[in-house]
Amino acid sequence: MSYAPHDFGGPISPDEVDLSVDLCGVALPNPVMTASGCAAAGRELDQFFDVAELGAIVTKSIMLNPRSGRATPRMAETPSGMLNSIGLQGPGIDAFLARDLPWLVQRGARAVVSIAGDKPADYVELARRVGQAPGVAAIEVNISCPNVENRGLVFACDAESSYRVIEECRPHIPDDIPVFAKLTPDVTDIATIAGAVADAGADGVTVINTLLGLTMDPDTLRPRLGGVTGGLSGPAVRPVAVRAVWQIRKALPDLPILGVGGIRTGFDALEFVLAGADAVQVGTVIFNDPGAPMRVVRELRDELAVRGIRSLDTVRNAAHG
Amino acid sequence: MSATQSAGTVVSRTPVGDYHHLVIAAEGIAEHARPGHFVALAIGGVDSGMLLRRAFSIYRTSTTGRHGETVEIVFAAHGKGTRWMADLAPGDPIDVVGPVGRPFALPKEPVSCVLVGGGYGSAPMFSLATALRDRGCPAHLVLGAATTPRLFGLSDANKVGSSVHVTTEDGSTGTRGRVTDVLGDLVDTTDAAVVYACGPMGMLRAVADVAEDNGAWSQCAVEESMACGIGVCMTCVLPVEGEDGIVRMVRSCVDGPVFRGDRVRWDAVGTIPPGTLGGPR
Ligand SMILES: Cc1cc2nc3c(=O)[nH]c(=O)nc-3n(C[C@H](O)[C@H](O)[C@H](O)COP(=O)(O)OP(=O)(O)OC[C@H]3O[C@@H](n4cnc5c(N)ncnc54)[C@H](O)[C@@H]3O)c2cc1C
Ligand SMILES: Cc1cc2nc3c(=O)[nH]c(=O)nc-3n(C[C@H](O)[C@H](O)[C@H](O)COP(=O)(O)O)c2cc1C
Ligand code: FES
Repeated sequence: MSYAPHDFGGPISPDEVDLSVDLCGVALPNPVMTASGCAAAGRELDQFFDVAELGAIVTKSIMLNPRSGRATPRMAETPSGMLNSIGLQGPGIDAFLARDLPWLVQRGARAVVSIAGDKPADYVELARRVGQAPGVAAIEVNISCPNVENRGLVFACDAESSYRVIEECRPHIPDDIPVFAKLTPDVTDIATIAGAVADAGADGVTVINTLLGLTMDPDTLRPRLGGVTGGLSGPAVRPVAVRAVWQIRKALPDLPILGVGGIRTGFDALEFVLAGADAVQVGTVIFNDPGAPMRVVRELRDELAVRGIRSLDTVRNAAHG
Repeated sequence: MSATQSAGTVVSRTPVGDYHHLVIAAEGIAEHARPGHFVALAIGGVDSGMLLRRAFSIYRTSTTGRHGETVEIVFAAHGKGTRWMADLAPGDPIDVVGPVGRPFALPKEPVSCVLVGGGYGSAPMFSLATALRDRGCPAHLVLGAATTPRLFGLSDANKVGSSVHVTTEDGSTGTRGRVTDVLGDLVDTTDAAVVYACGPMGMLRAVADVAEDNGAWSQCAVEESMACGIGVCMTCVLPVEGEDGIVRMVRSCVDGPVFRGDRVRWDAVGTIPPGTLGGPR
């Protein structure tokens, strides 16, 4: 089967392209964000581009208490990607709210705060604290974490656990702060999980978190990572991520979706938008090119301009039609 | 300190012993580079399947040469990325981020210093020796390697060192043995207040011990596996004790690579030692 190509008219000037997005009431100048865990809290990247110009900065998932993370080695390069087993190293919510968030807010960036917990009560407490903090544009609830109260099963692998976390968090977060649930692709049917979190009160979903992987060391003939398994990310996972966005969009035509996974270029970002994403995030590729998020913005603008597309609304979901 | 991302161009790549000496023309880095800083290089071009940056100590920089601003490194080809670098030719593009990290701390007083370079770890020691001598600190150099082809910079050493000491494990040049076999005596006879070191982790640990035993401070540039080199990924951590006595998993790329030797928990590198802030309970 072949598809008739879309035709939006002749090329226009990049200046004529409007990249702005209204994400559940939050105005973004463009649809590109950093992905959680790949930009710390924005400060380091501000050396390479103006963090206030990007759509948003999504901060590294923060937990209630300081966390040392896993033993090293925590990283292994794989073809067009990497495995990581960082183990959510971070300073804990107190230090984050005292030091990291105020910097981002004062800098004029739109701060999307990612939270993560070991049990539902952690998420509730984090939601309450972050929900009250000044300047938060949105909250991303990273439920791709093991639930210590359920034999370590990842929340987002189970529709009921996913529902429960979001349902318990949502009332503690002001209505004008949208809540996105971050989902793992390591499930049988990701649209079911997306449906569960939407029913529980999530304003949208972020897909995808990393895929679980494992790689061996040629010298020791044992796993290369201190944490044994790790999360696979980078361009290698992009088709999986685009597929996840596509499936959720098919099942839930109106649910806002943040697409993430292997975005390296403007066209990669456009792929996600065509599949149904409202905005996108750049993660692992930042390690390769710290200027990548703003480069993707410029390239996306050019990709739309050469095709005569004036706004993202014109192309969002277009591949479904 | 602020790092720059620069679209660099290879000026030259010259084999030296078992290593390659790479000169890159890249703007915005040389002027801010201090001894101990490193650069993080992107590997394989814009569509490369090797995404992670590779870190290299800055050997020297220039702002006044024929090729404009240049930054120079010395590298060993072993893995995929460095093997790609071993084929670089003049004119090839290479993306450079730098200068990154915390450089070596220089003494305020004109005290005597010993500088230890293991293998390509000698690369940052020559600019350091020059900086030290500029402020009146004698800079005694110790270069060590397994074999002679893995010694780097003997002629530089003779130019900038207040004295030069060489060890090879096979005895092919200088004293047979390791840098630590000559270090204790040297710290003693020169009454050194600071020992600077760059090289493999095992060597750094031994150097830090010898320095401490001889009443000197040590400043060690560590080599931990890095993915981004700019402080955003949290892969490059090692256990370091703070002034408050608390051990934290600290990013070696931006909080290092230079650490005080007595602060690093060398025995626990690769683990989360008990009592680490936020460690498993
Ligand atoms: C601060 C610092 C300074 C360094 N200075 C020099 C230098 O002057 N000359 C030199 O030859 N080498 C130096 N190294 C080591 C150099 O970074 C590694 O040899 C190189 O990254 C290995 O890349 P590869 O493609 O050969 O190996 P691969 O195994 O393919 O690398 C895969 C990934 O692991 C990381 N990695 C693997 N080994 C190391 C290592 N030993 N250290 C850090 N990251 C590693 C790489 O950055 C990359 O992200 C330095 C490392 C650090 C951290
Ligand atoms: C080193 C690293 C750390 C990450 N940490 C987090 C995290 O703290 N929270 C989270 O929700 N996702 C985290 N992720 C997942 C990314 O946000 C993203 O979902 C995933 O990597 C896929 O996108 P990418 O291919 O663009 O990186 C991390 C990814 C990497 C590579
Ligand atoms: S290498 Fe990424 S934080 Fe240090």
